[in-house]
Amino acid sequence: MALLIQYTLIFTAVLILVALGGMFSERSGIINLGLEGIMVFGAMSGAIVMVLLPSGTSKVTLIVLTLLAAAVAGMLSSLFIAVACINFKADQTLIGTALNMLATASATVIIKAFNVSRSKGTDFSAKLDYVKGHNAFMFKIGKLQLSWFIVVAAVLLICAIFFFYKTKLALRIRACGEHPQAADSVGINVYAMRYIGVLMSGFLGGLGGIIYIAAANSTWHFDYGVAGAGFLALAVMIFGQWKPERIAGAAVLFALFRSLSNVYMGIGFLHKLPISGTVYNMFPYIVSLLVLAFTSQKSRAPKAEGIPYDKGAR
Amino acid sequence: MEKTSFLKRPGVQTLLASILCAVLGILIGYVILLCMNADHAGEGMKAILTNFFKFRMASHTTLMKYMGSFIVKSVPLILCAEAILFAYKAGLFNIGVAGQYTVGIIACIYTSLALKWSWILCILAAIVAGAVWGLLAGLFKALFNVNEVIAGIMLNWIGLYICNIIIGLPSCMNVSKSETYDIKDKNPSGLLPGFMKEFFGGNDYMTIAIPITIIVAIIILIVLNKTTFGYELKATGHNRDAAKYAGMNAKRNIILTLVISGAISGMAAGLYYLTGVERYVISSSVPGMGFSGIAVAFLGGLHPIGAIISGLFVEYISLGGQYLNTNYYNPQVADLMVSIIIYLCGFVLFFKTILNKPGKVKVKASTEPDDTAKKAEEKEV
Repeated sequence: MALLIQYTLIFTAVLILVALGGMFSERSGIINLGLEGIMVFGAMSGAIVMVLLPSGTSKVTLIVLTLLAAAVAGMLSSLFIAVACINFKADQTLIGTALNMLATASATVIIKAFNVSRSKGTDFSAKLDYVKGHNAFMFKIGKLQLSWFIVVAAVLLICAIFFFYKTKLALRIRACGEHPQAADSVGINVYAMRYIGVLMSGFLGGLGGIIYIAAANSTWHFDYGVAGAGFLALAVMIFGQWKPERIAGAAVLFALFRSLSNVYMGIGFLHKLPISGTVYNMFPYIVSLLVLAFTSQKSRAPKAEGIPYDKGAR
Repeated sequence: MEKTSFLKRPGVQTLLASILCAVLGILIGYVILLCMNADHAGEGMKAILTNFFKFRMASHTTLMKYMGSFIVKSVPLILCAEAILFAYKAGLFNIGVAGQYTVGIIACIYTSLALKWSWILCILAAIVAGAVWGLLAGLFKALFNVNEVIAGIMLNWIGLYICNIIIGLPSCMNVSKSETYDIKDKNPSGLLPGFMKEFFGGNDYMTIAIPITIIVAIIILIVLNKTTFGYELKATGHNRDAAKYAGMNAKRNIILTLVISGAISGMAAGLYYLTGVERYVISSSVPGMGFSGIAVAFLGGLHPIGAIISGLFVEYISLGGQYLNTNYYNPQVADLMVSIIIYLCGFVLFFKTILNKPGKVKVKASTEPDDTAKKAEEKEV
């Protein structure tokens, strides 16, 4: 049972961060389907930093540098979306999908090249081991093994709630997602607000990526990307109705189902059921489809999301 | 003046923009090769671009044989692209093609290997399976207002896991080799009939899949441009509310579009796996075919015939990855190039704006506003 709680907490942390990222982007008016790709970029650079840091590095430095690398990589990759969708008015769905493919392909190429050069041409895999980094993030409370990542996610969630409801900047971002022309008419720079929204999603998505691969695993195969976690986060965001506190609640529910596939072996009665383990892998996706079916009818999506801002349009 | 009007034609502009995307994608790919290993970049690029034509030295038969395999492998890609562009014309981004393709794999392999049906029934099973998966996405979209992209992604993963369960059964899976049995050994009647085998150097994988693909493309072209149904689909895609106001059944059209799109994706799987060229291997990620199909559809300017040409091009580039010298590069570089090309397709609108900019050539004042108005309409779509 402790294991279930442990995994649920980890996946909650991931889903909260990434879904909040998606929320800020969509609130500014840009649909961010590239969250999955952003996560891959964040995960990749965080993992590379963990591998490269010498073994004598103190825990604090390692934690800070890893998180920083992931966040920066996430923000840089989100620029792919920002430039194309804000400046060049590209189709946001297409660009998001392209970023996802780009991320998996380039992560595979980069990690393979990295492994080959590190091993002097003997290791051709797209896999990284970072046991040392993984352990640095761990701490224990009683029987429960926790990760600093969860603390980071909790702090960021509180910051996000405060930012979303209490600051002028957030209000401006939200205005750009509802009616950019009206926002522009009172002197808000729509392009700048949308850039901020997308960059925030990059920041949070990148962090989510490193947590996803490093909190529960100590090795990762980069040719699989992050296996749809970015899209689960989008479902969490829709279920959370684009509001941070509701997203947090939705994330817990989704994380519970997601972690079942990791821990069902350890739970007596689930393990005895005559169904294949693959069925548990399907669970989060089936649940999110059903949940979406019940919640999308009265969906309160930002009105202007997905529409490129055209100053001249009426 | 003659030249100006030629460049202003939408068809020509789409073609130019697509060629520009492809060329830029290849150039960026070259830069990536340079970054990875500067000494062998030229050689690597040459390997990707010469591709199977390097066998022209060996013999004509070998070359034709490899060309045959290349065409066979392009078939599912082209059909997935047709599925995507068909849905896109109706305003739906069917990212679920990957999942519909996956359930197509389940249906055709299971019916062929476990049930020993003949090929025509296997193909039908694949089409029906794809259509059902499309229907699910369509129902979620039309009845519950679930975004078709999210529903599609979820169905992709569900399809993948079902596939791993069913194809993993001992009746289909050769456990010792961890891939499915050869259809040729288990059920020869499940293989598609051959087509022009002799011309392509006795390539056994050349089947009627190729003419069927071309026929499907032509049918889609006709349905979209010459029928009331196609007109309704496009109208629904342009403006759902207006279409509804004009008396079209938007919900029915959404469901029908996704069903047809799913059927084409399922057929893509059937026409590929029933040639025997590929065996399914248990995988932990959704087959990339559906996603590459997006690249092909957009690169082909969302035109059914354009998709055939761009499908051959994209398959040519991905195949080229296998000819890279693995001492210096890994084959995924080609996938990277394909994904860069898709990303660049997002800029097509921008390329067109440049082409339409007055300045280089003097444009008649009277024609200019019309063009900009048309462009504004396109932008809204």
